[in-house]
Amino acid sequence: MEESKIISGCKALLIGGSAGSLEVLIEVLPKLEQLNSFALIIVLHRKSGEDNLLENLISIKTPIPIMEVEDKVPVEPGYIYIAPSDYHLLFEKDETISLDTSEKVNYSRPSIDVAFESAADVYGPSLAAILLSGANADGTAGLQAIKEAGGVTVVQKPDSAEVAYMPGYAIENMSPDFVLDIKQILEFVKNINTSK
Amino acid sequence: MISDRELEVLINEVFEYYGYDFSGYSKASLKRRVERLYQIDGISRFSDVLSKIRSEEGYVKHLVEEITVNVTEMFRDPLFYKLLREEIVPVLATKPFIRIWHAGCSTGEEVYSMAILLKEANLLHKSLLYATDINSVVLDTAKRGLFPLRMIKQYAENYRLSGGSEDFSDYYTANYGLAKFSCELNEKMVFSQHNLVSDASFNEFDLIMCRNVLIYFDKHLQDRVLRLFDSSLSCLGYLALGTKETIKFSTVQDKFQQLNREKIWKKVK
Ligand SMILES: C[S@@+](CC[C@H](N)C(=O)[O-])C[C@H]1O[C@@H](n2cnc3c(N)ncnc32)[C@H](O)[C@@H]1O
Repeated sequence: MEESKIISGCKALLIGGSAGSLEVLIEVLPKLEQLNSFALIIVLHRKSGEDNLLENLISIKTPIPIMEVEDKVPVEPGYIYIAPSDYHLLFEKDETISLDTSEKVNYSRPSIDVAFESAADVYGPSLAAILLSGANADGTAGLQAIKEAGGVTVVQKPDSAEVAYMPGYAIENMSPDFVLDIKQILEFVKNINTSK
Repeated sequence: MISDRELEVLINEVFEYYGYDFSGYSKASLKRRVERLYQIDGISRFSDVLSKIRSEEGYVKHLVEEITVNVTEMFRDPLFYKLLREEIVPVLATKPFIRIWHAGCSTGEEVYSMAILLKEANLLHKSLLYATDINSVVLDTAKRGLFPLRMIKQYAENYRLSGGSEDFSDYYTANYGLAKFSCELNEKMVFSQHNLVSDASFNEFDLIMCRNVLIYFDKHLQDRVLRLFDSSLSCLGYLALGTKETIKFSTVQDKFQQLNREKIWKKVK
């Protein structure tokens, strides 16, 4: 596995995670000064009604502006978007976000699979996604869809994850482009769109 | 995933055969609903769903039922109801007669929640709650006021968080896994099928509640529906949307004033 690879033409980076994933973000985000002309969309499992808690936690860790996610907000490069609790996060062809309160998927709303699959459909090869720590099988089918659409898939190295099940499940059931530990994930994100 | 082209053909077919126009719906959401329909009906090929549409009688009802998302709760987002209770209901109280429209009411939990607020403010007797939805199946449930008993614990908690201080169990009787809400609450409710895409305004209202319905529409259809609401609101009437919905991408936005940062707008022009 290459330690890092330069991804170009990326419009959106999706990060999905569950138990133990917030810790990774809190480690990685402070070391990022900006997003090189892509949008970062974070989809985490959490209890309903904890929206502000998570947003505040993330916003104090990063200088990157956070765009409040409301239905049909445009996805713009340079901003972080955090999926609100109790809604699935979907992408429209005009690169806006739609929210959806339909049934939970993998016991989760937002479901990582749902967000990843919808992003794959809209962004195709201009998409990268990272699946982090968690105790659930969510995310694997989504990564598979992204891969099939030509996007780049990354899974956190299970032994670097607080809860190894979710990344482990992905590695067993699909072949991600990269399996990276936390330090390598940071390098990966920093390198996106840096080539001329 | 079903392709964009197939989705388009399906939308045209449904319109042609049944007159329901889903072309302004959010494509991202609609695709998932159609895939779910495939699963429920054991469909594996696109041509199968087309032949069902063309030849199976009654398929339209089933299709509308499964394509629409009907997930709802009583006192969904308790803090929203607290605001209604504390800020909006007292204003409504000053009117001789109160008309409320619940557009996209689903199985009615929202309407019964509203009736409870009005009853506690001693206003229900002079109110009328019009509850509409495109899906006739959910309206039948709503009329009966029968909700799953297993949800009641959460509803009672939501009610309490919304500022309710009565004994929530006084509002229903439990029977065979169902909670039957008291008839006193639904005396002032009028249920009817109404399609926000194609049906016109039918009255003038002091408050329109349309929560978690616009998220299923694209921006263009959202704008049309918001204009329908604008023309159905009395002067200084209120529009209440879901917690993640906004009018800021629509042409009516400068006719409304938002209450703090809550999802309630007052019609000012
Ligand atoms: C998620 S439910 C919202 C229920 C409730 N308002 C709430 O917030 O809990 C959305 C409802 O909108 C209805 N709906 C969808 N399209 C509609 C249309 N064109 N006209 C009227 N209702 C529609 C669906 O049938 C569904 O019952």
